[in-house]
Amino acid sequence: MNSRTLIAAALLPFAALWASAGSAQTPITIGAIEALSGPASGYGTAIRNGFDLALDEVNKAGGVNGAPLAIAYEDSGGKPDSAMNAARQLIGSKKVSLILGPTLSTEMFPVGPIANERNIPIVGTSTTANGITAIGPYVFRTSLPEADVVPVTLRAAKEKLGVKKVAVMYGADDAFTKSAYDVMKAALEKLGIETLTTETFGAKDTDFNAQLTKIKGLNPDAIVVSALAEAGSGILLAKKALGIPASVRVIGGNGLNSPKVPQVAGDAADGTLVGSPWFIDKPDDANKKFVAAYKAKYNQDPDQFAAQAYDTLFLVAGAIKAAGGADPRKIRDALAKATYSGVMGSFSFTDNRDPADTSGVVVIEMKGGKFQILK
Amino acid sequence: MLSQQLFNGLVVGATYAIFALGFTVMFGVLGVVNLTYGFYFSFGALIALWLTQALNLPVWASFLIAVLASGLVAALVDSLLLTRLRRARAPELASLMVTLGATLLLYSLSSSLIGVEIRRFPAAAINASAFDLLGLRVSMTQLLIVFAAFAMVGGLVYLIQYTRVGLAIRAMAERPDTIALMGVNAGALARLVSFVSGSLAGAAGVLIGLNYNAIQPFMGEQMMLKGFAVIILGGLGDARGALVAGLIVGMLETLTAGYVASSWKDAVGFALLVLTLWIRPAGLFGRATVKRA
Repeated sequence: MNSRTLIAAALLPFAALWASAGSAQTPITIGAIEALSGPASGYGTAIRNGFDLALDEVNKAGGVNGAPLAIAYEDSGGKPDSAMNAARQLIGSKKVSLILGPTLSTEMFPVGPIANERNIPIVGTSTTANGITAIGPYVFRTSLPEADVVPVTLRAAKEKLGVKKVAVMYGADDAFTKSAYDVMKAALEKLGIETLTTETFGAKDTDFNAQLTKIKGLNPDAIVVSALAEAGSGILLAKKALGIPASVRVIGGNGLNSPKVPQVAGDAADGTLVGSPWFIDKPDDANKKFVAAYKAKYNQDPDQFAAQAYDTLFLVAGAIKAAGGADPRKIRDALAKATYSGVMGSFSFTDNRDPADTSGVVVIEMKGGKFQILK
Repeated sequence: MLSQQLFNGLVVGATYAIFALGFTVMFGVLGVVNLTYGFYFSFGALIALWLTQALNLPVWASFLIAVLASGLVAALVDSLLLTRLRRARAPELASLMVTLGATLLLYSLSSSLIGVEIRRFPAAAINASAFDLLGLRVSMTQLLIVFAAFAMVGGLVYLIQYTRVGLAIRAMAERPDTIALMGVNAGALARLVSFVSGSLAGAAGVLIGLNYNAIQPFMGEQMMLKGFAVIILGGLGDARGALVAGLIVGMLETLTAGYVASSWKDAVGFALLVLTLWIRPAGLFGRATVKRA
């Protein structure tokens, strides 16, 4: 490895020379490990589509440092051991200088250390679990964790809807809903929103009348709910049945950002407020252009995962450009300093290589069974 | 607010009661802890859901078919799994293990067939919207559940106390060995009791599915623990006991969540279970001594 990087570094000036001469170049190849088959393939495929769309645009604009950029894909099937093999394959035999992915946090936990040990930067576009970037200095992620999205949602509720006092409900027996609740609690305190009561329920409960009757008696401005789609739908139905007015919004975490909620709760879901790192109807030009290009190329609507991947590829291409070549260490340092403004909004990394900017978060509300941007 | 909470408690209690009714019959009369009971509850709800969705049957027709189907499955499972054990006079642990295995099989079959995400009856199937009644927010399905709880208990008490079949059932609960000598077809009677108890489970599944809109294969599993608490509190095999105990547990849970803390809600039912076993093991309505032949 070391001799190889040395050679690469030594060849760098010549590469630049060739680039300026405009002669045909061998492409700069980066690796991507995504779940392209199996149950998580919906995410992996959207991510690949996002990468490929951005790759076309990068190469149309002249590639990176005069050489075209190429992506070598490996299918992990969403399985951690396949993802580990893919990483070894990409680093060992394809000699990539950067890896995109993997799709799932459970894959990143074993794969991150492999890349980190070999000093190859690895950039997750969809890994939101806590502790991902703590793996090491070569591990980055571009997806906003829940902890960054929830405060934006609550701030919007305070500023746009005048929410001053809320009731909180959370699923106490589920790690995901409990950790989202911790984030909500901290954000509510920081924003100075008064919490009238905190009620718990079980993830598999179906009856929420006792909690909601109590909440109704306290007259909150909104109900902040950390629940998965199942319990969340039950809460919305019971809230409506108990006659809590529609003006008392339910404000949720990512668990309620699911098409399952309007399917089960019907019009009781109307008014539900959630935050999302990206939303298809974002009105800025970059997003409109992306959505149109994606639809033209793939004949379907992009989702959040495609959008995150699309922006990430531009960010990575910019870092390779700034590094002046394929040296993974230089790319890592360039990436840490990289900034980019794309369909997700403006982007940069924190010192811990997590996304630093939440200005791109969109707060959306349910209306007639579909989400739309909160005005 | 108190009156609304009392009504909430009444509905939850009625929910527990209609679930526990068939369970207490199965447990009390046949003398087996049949863990497959929760599956018949899920099965009833899923069959009725399928009939209303795929075949566009009205809810009442789906309900009747689902009730019969759950009863038949229960009778079938009972005779397949437990007849041999009954003949061999196997200890209770054997039936517990056999039905545990069958439960796991049935649940994984149904969840692999249809998935585990929650479903609901089509919104048009029944008018579930709530309205104001005497200052309370109530819905048709809630009233239906409360009414059904009393009607089902009444029907069951009538069947057991005032019919010839009921006499045989009571005899079977008392002395399972003796009834064959008295000219009763014990096998057929066991299947009948299983059928009745499975039907009650299926009926409970449909009613509760209609009210809570959260139908999925494991919904019965959720109810089983509460079901145990209710039948032990009420006394094994006692239909009136199941109703009273269901209402007590539901009411206490609701009042705990409403006035103490919702995180303690689930502890209430199980605290009652432990207290009952400690102070009055035969349950509220059980006879003081349980004799084993």
